[in-house]
Amino acid sequence: MFSRNKSPQPFASRAPLGLKILVGFVLLFLYCPFGIILLYAFTTEETAFTFPPPGLTLDWFRVALFERPDIFPPLLLSIQVALVATAIALVLGSLIAFAISRTRFFGREAITFLVLLPIALPGIITGISLRSAFGLLGLDFTFWTIVIGHATFCIVVVYNNVIARLRRTGKSQMEASADLGAHSFQTFRYILLPAIGTALLAGGMLAFALSFDEVIVTTFTAGQQTTLPIWILNQLVRPRQRPVTNVVAVFVIALTFIPIFIAQRLMQDTNE
Amino acid sequence: MPQNEMSNISNPLPAVRFENVSRHFDQVRAVDNVSLEIRDGEFFSMLGPSGSGKTTCLRLIAGFEQPTSGKIFLHGAEVGELPPYERDVNTVFQDYALFPHMTVAENVGYGLMIRQVPGAERNERVNQALELVRLPQMGQRKPSQLSGGQRQRIALARALVNRPRVLLLDEPLGALDLKLRQEMQIELKEIQKRVGITFVFVTHDQEEALTMSDRIAVFNAGRIEQIGTPSQVYEHPATAFVAGFVGTSNLVRSDIAQKLTGSAQTFSIRPEKIRMVEPGTPVQNGWASVEGTIREVVYLGMFTRYIVAVEGGRELTVVRQNLDETSMDVLNAEGKRVQLTWQRAFDRMLETP
Repeated sequence: MFSRNKSPQPFASRAPLGLKILVGFVLLFLYCPFGIILLYAFTTEETAFTFPPPGLTLDWFRVALFERPDIFPPLLLSIQVALVATAIALVLGSLIAFAISRTRFFGREAITFLVLLPIALPGIITGISLRSAFGLLGLDFTFWTIVIGHATFCIVVVYNNVIARLRRTGKSQMEASADLGAHSFQTFRYILLPAIGTALLAGGMLAFALSFDEVIVTTFTAGQQTTLPIWILNQLVRPRQRPVTNVVAVFVIALTFIPIFIAQRLMQDTNE
Repeated sequence: MPQNEMSNISNPLPAVRFENVSRHFDQVRAVDNVSLEIRDGEFFSMLGPSGSGKTTCLRLIAGFEQPTSGKIFLHGAEVGELPPYERDVNTVFQDYALFPHMTVAENVGYGLMIRQVPGAERNERVNQALELVRLPQMGQRKPSQLSGGQRQRIALARALVNRPRVLLLDEPLGALDLKLRQEMQIELKEIQKRVGITFVFVTHDQEEALTMSDRIAVFNAGRIEQIGTPSQVYEHPATAFVAGFVGTSNLVRSDIAQKLTGSAQTFSIRPEKIRMVEPGTPVQNGWASVEGTIREVVYLGMFTRYIVAVEGGRELTVVRQNLDETSMDVLNAEGKRVQLTWQRAFDRMLETP
């Protein structure tokens, strides 16, 4: 992008103390649970959690890794679902973004709305709708039914990222490319794809993170299959080796936090 | 460049020809039944206010727009629905449209890369093009590391490197500051002479059009009001719109016109053609004369603009070079009674709309 003049920011004045404290509380409220989950992944108690933990140990990581083979099939399933749902979202989300931003057609506004809807719609609605749709079609619950459920909202994040980038890329670069002799595919390959590259990467990572920890829609579309978040949910009901659940939760946090962090950095770098 | 040498020999086929071309966007007639011929090798400007259809005409030549009706020919061949990438024209965009993820050299070489020109030749031509726009050292930079004027030159190099037969320029100097713009005007004109390519230049700046063009088409509301050389357009405006848009003009209508010329037809007279003398000075043969009071004085350094109220409640603008006056003399002139005279040969009868 062309560097813009760095104009002094009009609202760069210091925030009042009250606001700072308020923001502090909000952040504390949002992130305290993470801290607690993290803390009790190291506790020495097996069944009940007391505060403060009577002692700290790394033993639960060993247990999770070597003595609990039931963790790994859900983990594998979650990763596979997230990867496939993300792949589908990348293709469909960017295609929709191209169509919406480059052409005018009847029903364009309606499609924009329908694409965005799944992220705003409560997961339980999406879940029930999909479940009854699968039932009507006589489909069994498989890997693919989970993937379809996840793709509904993964498409939105990819679409959002790509369309924002396309808006800023401007039509004249495409026109310049055509003007210099490039047909549509060459323009896509040499101009459009590099322009939206980081947006795709960021959108893809967000989509992966969203899919990886999804519970509600999955409950309705997974049947007897267990993804990692559902496995965690089940663990809470029967308290055996409770800290192991926390260890897995920490792992889930890491696996969703890292891509989101990278995605955010990517979008920030290119927005400057 | 064989084809450039060719174009110096006068080619009877016009580079661009519009035959009753219209382009409508829904109800808006952006281009309304335009016919024109752009000669091979000339510097042709399309001048007009925004929304007058000049840019749409350019986009019709480039192939970004298709005519709603009418025919467009490039060097005698009808281009009709031909997509932009199959036309032997290149465009310098208003916002330059450089590719931000490519270096300057990659930007300039893009057209050659697409046409699969071999690497060695490509490099050589890219370097030539960069030298032509006087930025030979910039090849490895990214567009974001260049100034506005430099980007403008790179956009020009990127278009010229393909040796198109027609180069389209869409207000390419609009974003530059005044000094740079004036420099680039001269430079563009020089480059055009050197490469001999037909330039079609879109601008809303009448001074720019007058400075650079071999011929100018003045656009208004989707139509062409006049096509002519800069001096024809300035000295002999065909319509009131041209008289007002190209430079400033005093339009004299009905009763005053009747008194001065014996005909009620509207005429225009340029402010610099009017002399201001003492009231009662005898009027020579072939001169028009009217008395008035100086109502406003605008001191502009090099010259002064006087607004003179004449009988019938009308005002005439007079521009006078500050040959002998100081700013004090000039400003004291307000309220003075004066006589305005001009050679009748300099006023222009206009078609009344």
